[in-house]
Amino acid sequence: MQNENNDSFVDRILESEVMTSILVVILGFLCGTLIIIAVGKNPSDMFGSIFDSMIGIPKRKGGWNYRYIGETLAYSMPFILCGLSMGLPARVGLFNIGAEGQYIMGMTAAQSVALWMSPFGGQWILCLLVAVLAGAIWGGIVGVLKAKYNVSEVVATIMMNYIALYGSRLICFTQPGATTYNTAALPQTVLLDKFLIKTSNFNIGVFFVLIAVLSYWFVMNKTRLGYMMRATGYNKNTAKCCGISTIKSITTSMAMAGAFAGLAGALVLLGGAFPIGRIITGMDNYGFMGIAVSLVGNNTAIGNLLAGLLFGVLKQSQSLMQGRNIPKEITYIIQGLIVIFISLRSGLVLYKQYRNKKKLKKEVLANK
Amino acid sequence: MNIIHQIPTILMIIAPILITAIGGMFTERSGVVNIALEGLMGLGACTTACCYTLMEGAGYGRYSLVIALLFGAFIGCLFSVIHATAAIDLKADQTISGTGINLLADGLTIFIAQILFHSDRTREYKLGMLPDKLGLYPTVYISLMVVIIGWYVLFKTPFGMHLRACGEHPAAADSVGINVRKMRYAGVLISGALAGLSGGCIVLTQTIQYTSGTIGGRGFIALAAVSFGRWTPLGVTGAAILFGGMQAMGVIATSFPFLSHIQSEYFNILPYAVTLIALILTSGRDYAPQANGIPYEKGAS
Repeated sequence: MQNENNDSFVDRILESEVMTSILVVILGFLCGTLIIIAVGKNPSDMFGSIFDSMIGIPKRKGGWNYRYIGETLAYSMPFILCGLSMGLPARVGLFNIGAEGQYIMGMTAAQSVALWMSPFGGQWILCLLVAVLAGAIWGGIVGVLKAKYNVSEVVATIMMNYIALYGSRLICFTQPGATTYNTAALPQTVLLDKFLIKTSNFNIGVFFVLIAVLSYWFVMNKTRLGYMMRATGYNKNTAKCCGISTIKSITTSMAMAGAFAGLAGALVLLGGAFPIGRIITGMDNYGFMGIAVSLVGNNTAIGNLLAGLLFGVLKQSQSLMQGRNIPKEITYIIQGLIVIFISLRSGLVLYKQYRNKKKLKKEVLANK
Repeated sequence: MNIIHQIPTILMIIAPILITAIGGMFTERSGVVNIALEGLMGLGACTTACCYTLMEGAGYGRYSLVIALLFGAFIGCLFSVIHATAAIDLKADQTISGTGINLLADGLTIFIAQILFHSDRTREYKLGMLPDKLGLYPTVYISLMVVIIGWYVLFKTPFGMHLRACGEHPAAADSVGINVRKMRYAGVLISGALAGLSGGCIVLTQTIQYTSGTIGGRGFIALAAVSFGRWTPLGVTGAAILFGGMQAMGVIATSFPFLSHIQSEYFNILPYAVTLIALILTSGRDYAPQANGIPYEKGAS
């Protein structure tokens, strides 16, 4: 009896994608904790930082300080968007490592609008639009290459990331007030207004994130385009035979992915703590983390949202960890481990096959 | 005239890219794509930097250079086991597990530096590798050896032939008694060890410590060199020399009057742009190993 209960529990985990995601995250944290213990630090400091980032801390004079929550939410926004950027092509059967490059192009485009145009009211809207467009073009290029020339999207997006990185530097060096690391200050008209928690960087960009998540869900599940994309993802040849233009669905999916990532870049630039134009020296890693976000979220809209929040919590807890003498890189380790465990998830399928075989054997023997 | 004096610098920058690219060729020839090269280089570089600065501090002398490099290669090899297990035994998506290792390496290297040296970089060492009488660094000879041995092993030994067979048609290889799993493991582990080694080479010749920017995309350049070089030793070597040369131009352009007004970013972009264009031009004709990136399932036809 005991054994049977146990079996059904394991089965339930194997069957449910949500459960495996949760299991993978728990495993990641467990390994992170073990590493912290192994180097002689106190894991409760790590978890303390994480909880503070989730619920805030009490003020000294009484009351509750919500600032950390605001920062967590602000950090989550680019993660969620980059997760969508990875998730949408994944539904079409593509692996978009290029969110990083699309993010950079979005950021650069927004910065160009902000610095090269004379300030006017509502300029931030134009910034966001241009960023979305720039990201979409950057992603769309790869889509066209994949659809028309059958260029591996993995290699192509990696190349595009670095072209974006150095291209962005070339563009930003020509902008007003460019030094080695930054350009002139951004005008007030492009900065995103703070929202709800005014002491933090949480800003009105959150509405655009929510719109992005909703449109992802809507396009994927409720439109003809989404149906075409999913059909292409399930089986490209079958989709083609059914008269679906795979070229269109591949290109559109990559362009939409780029649009999400481009928006993320603009939000980070315009909603950040320092209202100053950036000349990036390396990757911000939001795009690469987006891969992890999407994998944890199983490419669903709601899953992406939750996974993005988790990664936002980890990002915000970094500064708190440093203050408590825990190297903040442990969060990167946990995130890396989560991705590795997810890749091992395919092993679960093998395990499931093995279990089914064993069960069958048992039944055959019992019937004899 | 001036360019002659710069040749050692150019070769120094080419060498690690070449070493990693040859490793990448091995793994892709065996049928496993390894985009974790970047991360494995980082892990190797960090290990070498830590080992060397600690041993130098303890006064072990010049032999510690070799030991540090070997340690770097060993750690690279060790972490590539993760990728091998995921890709070969568990039939995982190779891009995902590679990305995971890249992310993990980013965190783990700096984490170790934080624990050992209480800083976001390893402690700087005093004296790295020194050039010989010709002005060439030992890493150049190492890379040359790697190319020659790599070519010999891959094309002149039974092991190499078996390895290539597993990348082209694993089912056929299996049917004549070649252990596909073992061969693919060998391919991935070789690439891991070489990536670790080349990371160490970067640390000991081009910088004085490991920081998060030490590798800076060289692993991906090597990956590009593998496909641009069409998976052959000669092609990969040529591609690595081309791409490494472009990287080097970004560094040394300032010493030439006619190049100094060109920003180094243009040179940095070139390898990636060239690879992308080459991929488009060669589309339709497939030079890649047939079964590259596809897990082999025994018994499935």
